[in-house]
Amino acid sequence: MHKRQLPFILVFIFGAFMAVQYFMPHESSEFIYEFFALDWVPIIGIFALALGIWSLIKVSWDKIKHRRQDWQYSVVLLAGLFTIIFFGFFVKVGEHWEFRFMTSDGLQSYMFRHLFDYIVIPGQATVFSLLAFYIASASYRAFRARNLLATLLLSAALIMMLRFSPIPGLGEYMSKTATWLLNVPNLAAKRAIIIGIGLGMVATAMKVVLGIERGYMGKG
Amino acid sequence: MIRNVIYGILLALMSVCLALAQTDAVPQDSAGTAPAAISPPQPVTGLTAKDTPDDHGHSITLKWTLSPDDQGGAHSVRTYEVFRWVPFFMDSMHARQYSVDSLMGLQTLWRRYLPFAKDSIKYFEKSGNAETARRFADTVAYIEKRTSTLRGEIKSLQRGIENDWERAPQAHAQYPNGGEWQMVGQTFAGQGNYVNSGQKDNTASDYLPNGCNFYYRVDAVTADPKIRTSSEIVGPVQATGQWYNVGRTPSLFATGIFVLLVLLFVRAARKGKELYVRPLAGIEAVDEAIGRATEMGKPILYVLGLGTAADIATIASFTVLARVAKRVAEYQTELIVPTYDPIVMSVAQETIKSAYADAGRPDSYREEIVFFVTQNQFAYVSAVNGIMLRQHPATNVYMGKFFAESLILAETGALAGSIQISGTDEIAQIPFFVVACDYTLIGEELYAASAYLGREPVLLGSLKAQDYAKAAVIILAILGAIAVNFGWTEFREIFRVVR
Amino acid sequence: MDMFAKMMALDRRWVFLTLAIVCVVAYGLTFEVPILINDEVQSIYNFIDTLKPGQIVFIAVDYDPSNQAELQPMLYALMEQCFRKDLKVIITALSQNGPGMADQAIRDVSDSVKLDRTYNGVNYPGRTVERGKDYVFLGYKPYPSLIILGMGQNFRIPFPTDYYGTPIDSLPLMKGVINYDQVACVISLAAGNIADMWIADGQGRYNFKLAFGLTGVMGADYYPYLSSKQIFGIMAGQYGAAQYEKLTDNKGMAQDGMRIQLLAHWLIILFIIIGNIGFFASRRKLKEQGK
Repeated sequence: MHKRQLPFILVFIFGAFMAVQYFMPHESSEFIYEFFALDWVPIIGIFALALGIWSLIKVSWDKIKHRRQDWQYSVVLLAGLFTIIFFGFFVKVGEHWEFRFMTSDGLQSYMFRHLFDYIVIPGQATVFSLLAFYIASASYRAFRARNLLATLLLSAALIMMLRFSPIPGLGEYMSKTATWLLNVPNLAAKRAIIIGIGLGMVATAMKVVLGIERGYMGKG
Repeated sequence: MIRNVIYGILLALMSVCLALAQTDAVPQDSAGTAPAAISPPQPVTGLTAKDTPDDHGHSITLKWTLSPDDQGGAHSVRTYEVFRWVPFFMDSMHARQYSVDSLMGLQTLWRRYLPFAKDSIKYFEKSGNAETARRFADTVAYIEKRTSTLRGEIKSLQRGIENDWERAPQAHAQYPNGGEWQMVGQTFAGQGNYVNSGQKDNTASDYLPNGCNFYYRVDAVTADPKIRTSSEIVGPVQATGQWYNVGRTPSLFATGIFVLLVLLFVRAARKGKELYVRPLAGIEAVDEAIGRATEMGKPILYVLGLGTAADIATIASFTVLARVAKRVAEYQTELIVPTYDPIVMSVAQETIKSAYADAGRPDSYREEIVFFVTQNQFAYVSAVNGIMLRQHPATNVYMGKFFAESLILAETGALAGSIQISGTDEIAQIPFFVVACDYTLIGEELYAASAYLGREPVLLGSLKAQDYAKAAVIILAILGAIAVNFGWTEFREIFRVVR
Repeated sequence: MDMFAKMMALDRRWVFLTLAIVCVVAYGLTFEVPILINDEVQSIYNFIDTLKPGQIVFIAVDYDPSNQAELQPMLYALMEQCFRKDLKVIITALSQNGPGMADQAIRDVSDSVKLDRTYNGVNYPGRTVERGKDYVFLGYKPYPSLIILGMGQNFRIPFPTDYYGTPIDSLPLMKGVINYDQVACVISLAAGNIADMWIADGQGRYNFKLAFGLTGVMGADYYPYLSSKQIFGIMAGQYGAAQYEKLTDNKGMAQDGMRIQLLAHWLIILFIIIGNIGFFASRRKLKEQGK
């Protein structure tokens, strides 16, 4: 029973405090806020990260050990993980490797920087650039003038895409229309959704703080 | 003691050097070509100094009427310099703090130097340079001996400083004896206000204590910094912290009314009042999709998005996950939950564990259902896409915060032939999900999911309260538009929230 | 399957392939794309252009390498403008891989500023920008919303030292700089929900001048905040970056990339037209058959 109640009591105390803190600029409230939120949360996060990495290693190791389907990918994953950790902590000084803890030397080291600049950056940019291809194929499938509303959507998309065409006159006209589209119809719709989301957020946060909403603890 | 004396001498030397440098910098007039003299400007008037409202203290707001020679009259005022009377006590405290900082710096330096020095001993011993090796050994011995006492020394100095800070109000009360005017800020011509704020941390060089009497004056300064006129002195004024931020009253009222509405509707719902909510296809599809996965004997992939456990969208997603996990446990289907945030992973594990227990199958729960992948957006996407293409899940559920990866995930899922249900409050991503998924929960529909799933009157009540609050916002927005167009700006001001 | 039905249901791999070809070909072409300036970009330029030497601009590098095509050119143009005008810059990176991006930009722009250059007809002699004096790079800390809140009280709470481990109290630039009150504006170059945090936890609480550089997809989302004056400018996507480069007269990667974007858009329009021709022709055929 206590095990189930305690989290809700904690949520209520911290949630209520955060709400009160917003209206209370005094140093005492600031102190509690800095102590609990600013100091505790990163600490919890760091310990959780350790748990996370442990879970990743465990899942990958199990796969390799039992030779489950596609276990080779797990080998690549673990090799990558340990390589980058190694170069984050060890720096080559002269002939031998030195362990550097509590300093940012590892992050500035030759190998770490090269792994970051020539593997991480291009890798991420590649996956992100897939988006351009998916957007192209998705717009090809989605933008059909099926009815009046779909036609309006299609026209707005065309105007947005033509706004920097080098065709004399057209580009400027499209650019002005695109700005109007962003500032008037887009703005009105977005605002309505934002207000809805804002109220939904307050309501959900309140339900969580007051213990009305307990689904997130698996009591769905 | 000796250290303080040395610092004193150093400070004095530095002041002399500075004074000499400034004398050098003043251009010497050549004989017979005296520049046109600037007449002293008229002083600023009406100087007021008040504690800055609605803050934690450590700040004073100054306001003044500009000098008549500011952009008018002789046009001679270039800047205003703000001076505060500061007792010598403050400088001596800062000097003491400086010595603590220096010792701490030395401590860090030594900590870094020591391994290098020890390596050097070994290196020079090996290369047969005994003399240099001995010198390094001496240094290491000295540092090790000093380090052992240094920490205690710093601690005791810090304690002394901490105790002496209590004398700050007394030192300030001695005005005008035992202190000097120090420039604390500057504004350009045309600006008649300045906020003198300092840090609350008394180890900082710009610490501004609360509860001390401050005196201020403002100088109107011309192009020649020596030609200036001082205002009258104002004071004493004290900086204090406030317990309530008046500027946020509109927020307090709005929150209060909303809380009241929610509680009222929850009470009405508990009493058995029938509350209608329109059905959401996305939510109803969840059960159907789990059934489909069971029939096909394929897993369900649940993606919680890139949000942290503190994001409302993620919290709402946990609720849907609980529901999915319960059904999955009942049907004995496989569930895969790769996560982006380690805290989200821990919460999701707990959520699923409870859901399995609620379904009466705690033994079916395995920890590997939820696992952490990476906190790198596109590496995470690659991992999830890999799972989709290799394991071909029957159903993909995306609920939570999604960014640029939404379409990459959803298109890959469509390619893999899965049924897809999505929900996010990230407006920019909603179109992508709508295009590529079978069902999409838009914005607040995701938050409402728990109420729909549970059908508990208490949760439905809060949805009703949201609707009424929305109606109120619409009415106020229309009223506001009318009021502003008719020039009644006070209506708008009622709702202004300042920091 | 007849031709119209084929036009309606092209295999997506054809779309991918033609798009890839167009991108590669466009990269080799040399024509200029005319850049028209939007008010929301102009306002950022004007604001920074009218600051006085010594005033502080806070730039938040809140994106990862994946977004560098859109956001990195903004960072380069902004930083160079600030350094050339002798403005001081405080930089943070609240995105996990942001420090690498910021560090790279600092190194490149510091080199570029050493050269004599003429921008918008004004000649700027080369100068050396110094760490701690002309700029401070505070680095990365996790949990951006908490960091933004913490900095509102004091930069020293989340960042006692800068990215390179120097205590920030010992940096000349940080003397008397406590929180957002001492900076002229904050410009967040964001590629995620950090932009929302800057509005809710930063500008909303501490009321400073805020502007955004955003990815193209996110741009449209933040116009409501522009008209409510919570932010004073938006640069959205590569087009926004190209506009800023044009304003600062400092041609870079964004203006260069506009050719590719232009031709890619034209190709997408072509595919949409093909799809719609197929759709209408098939519908007419169905109607005729129905008759």
